[in-house]
Amino acid sequence: MKLETTEQENWSLIIRPQRAWWDLRLGDLWRYRDLVWMFVWRDFVAYYKQTILGPLWYLIQPILTTVVFTVIFGNIAQLSTDGLPPFLFYLAGNTVWTYFSSSLTSTSNTFTGNAGLFGKVYFPRLAMPLSVVISQIISFGIRFLVFLAFLVYFMVSGSDVQPNWWILILPVLLIIMAGLGLGLGIIVSSLTTKYRDLQQLVAFGAQLLMYGTPVIYPLSSITNEWRWLILANPMTPVVEVFRLAFLGTSAVSPLWLLYSFIFMFIVLIVGVLIFNRVENNFMDTV
Amino acid sequence: MSDTVISVENLSKTYRLGVIGTGTFFGDLNQWWAKKMGKPDPYAKIGEVDHGNREGETLWALDDVSFKLQQGEALGIIGRNGAGKSTLLKIMSRVTAPTSGMVKVKGRIASLLEVGTGFHPELTGRENIYLNGAILGMDRAEVNRKFDEIVDFSGVEKFIDTPVKRYSSGMYVRLAFAVAAHLEPEILVVDEVLAVGDAEFQRKCLGKMSDVAHAGRTVLFVSHNMPAILRLCSTAIMMDRGKLVKQGDAVDVTNFYLNNNGNAEGEVSWTNESAPGTEEVKLTGIRLVDGEGKGKSLVEINTPSYLEIEYDVFQSGLKFRVSAGFNTQGVVAFTTNEPYETMHERPGRYMSRVEIPSNLLAEGEYTISVSIFASKGLKIRYVRAKNVFTFQVVDYITGDSSRGDFSQNVAGVLRPALAWEKIYKG
Repeated sequence: MKLETTEQENWSLIIRPQRAWWDLRLGDLWRYRDLVWMFVWRDFVAYYKQTILGPLWYLIQPILTTVVFTVIFGNIAQLSTDGLPPFLFYLAGNTVWTYFSSSLTSTSNTFTGNAGLFGKVYFPRLAMPLSVVISQIISFGIRFLVFLAFLVYFMVSGSDVQPNWWILILPVLLIIMAGLGLGLGIIVSSLTTKYRDLQQLVAFGAQLLMYGTPVIYPLSSITNEWRWLILANPMTPVVEVFRLAFLGTSAVSPLWLLYSFIFMFIVLIVGVLIFNRVENNFMDTV
Repeated sequence: MSDTVISVENLSKTYRLGVIGTGTFFGDLNQWWAKKMGKPDPYAKIGEVDHGNREGETLWALDDVSFKLQQGEALGIIGRNGAGKSTLLKIMSRVTAPTSGMVKVKGRIASLLEVGTGFHPELTGRENIYLNGAILGMDRAEVNRKFDEIVDFSGVEKFIDTPVKRYSSGMYVRLAFAVAAHLEPEILVVDEVLAVGDAEFQRKCLGKMSDVAHAGRTVLFVSHNMPAILRLCSTAIMMDRGKLVKQGDAVDVTNFYLNNNGNAEGEVSWTNESAPGTEEVKLTGIRLVDGEGKGKSLVEINTPSYLEIEYDVFQSGLKFRVSAGFNTQGVVAFTTNEPYETMHERPGRYMSRVEIPSNLLAEGEYTISVSIFASKGLKIRYVRAKNVFTFQVVDYITGDSSRGDFSQNVAGVLRPALAWEKIYKG
């Protein structure tokens, strides 16, 4: 037996019980980038094929929600909107918030929702939640166009809204939201392999968090005493800066985005590490 | 420089049996709190002693398995259900991780644990080829290059732009296998995908796989189909309860498997309660034996064997006959029965024995159905036991069967040795 000869050979793959926690195999993910796009495209095509109204849903949903918000929070509760047209104010908040919350809720069932697929074939598991976050950008795009249409309409009809150069920061806002949604989503999905009830908590939690974010009220309406609490929420600067860029009012310095960015970065890293840990053996517990 | 492409070293995998935790976050929290407060576990079953440690029993799905595979080798993996074959494949496919030990691989490895993984019902055949290709690890350019070949192989070109939810299950499987078959990895891992589709398509699949094996690529093949293993694989390993019990030449290992499992599968017997039959007659056992009366579940095509059917008769004076049907490849190959109804004067145990001559059955798996009935006068069916017993017929192609030296697939459920003549007519 010449065992020592095998030691020198170049194995292209070694399957071990546990990988080191820092061994994320991001190279693998890059090799499978075509798969990420296929998933995005599948979600997109399958969505349209199943519905009669197809893309119209993307229009109906934000408009209806905004109408409800306008009636309840604007007309009945008479919450302040910083002097902006209430409809536009709520539409702006809703447009940004929906991207974050739908990224979060739809990545949070990565393991449980794809157990059948994950149990049969190997590919970097991260490709799945990543593709979800990307395909959510498409629906964000449609909602964003709706928002722009109303923005133009309100400007033409003489409302006092001032879009400014801050709109160039939109990609950064998207990256922060995608990172936050993905990071939190995969943390939850990793935990749901053991605890199914966390899934309910996410849908519920995302809804509650909306009220902790200046979506239906402006930050300026919060007293200084409590403002730190709302500002601790990394989504607050994102929503506020979005309104600053497109509507021209905000009570927060855009520098707060740096905080959101760092927060997102940490959540994402923690998420990827936990996810990486779980993906090895989740088939045995799910 | 050795050409070892797969080296499995001391591979083990354990599973914890029973329920681990309570499955919900709230439940675990509640349990933890109760433990901390010194209260009994709220989730323990009544009457179950709370041991304090919730380790549960450990199952060794794989227990210290080691083997090596050379470049171009086709390895068959056999064993009973629960022997650890699927766990081994799952680890090699990276679906789950081992508990200890490692697998070293050289080259791209593709596994077919199931065909059609990730097919989306709303998408068309064309779209699913791209999607499934990507899931299996092909990039777009690769799928583009092989697209026509895949469609051609699947035989569904007419429906390629129809959503696959409208496909028949046969078409679905054919398309799925076609994508997988065109992966062209250096190492192919296959798990029983051949159990699907019609006979014609199965033959096509086997053909494709033997092409892969003969093209110098390495194949790992798990199957219960011994003739398929014999045709495809040069070497084999046999697993039992997580351990590798035999490895070597495919013929030796399949022989060993079938003979050793002969006791488990080459014979069936019933206790009184579960036995098929009526109050008057009940089956007690079915056995396949060779000329010396030794039980076996593997029959060489050119040796005779004997089917023994045992039954208890509980009443005196019953008149009936015994019949046995041989099923294979989804059809009844033939049925044979005792030529006359005989009188059973005394109650007690009887045995009916029938010779299965050499060179009658084709290679493959045969399933036997037994019935005991009276058709003269009062028509009574005492026993009707469908698909109760299984055995395999193999041909080692030694040259003295009806194959002669022909080693490829021979169609049909029977394979009598018939005399051929050739006459020169000018």
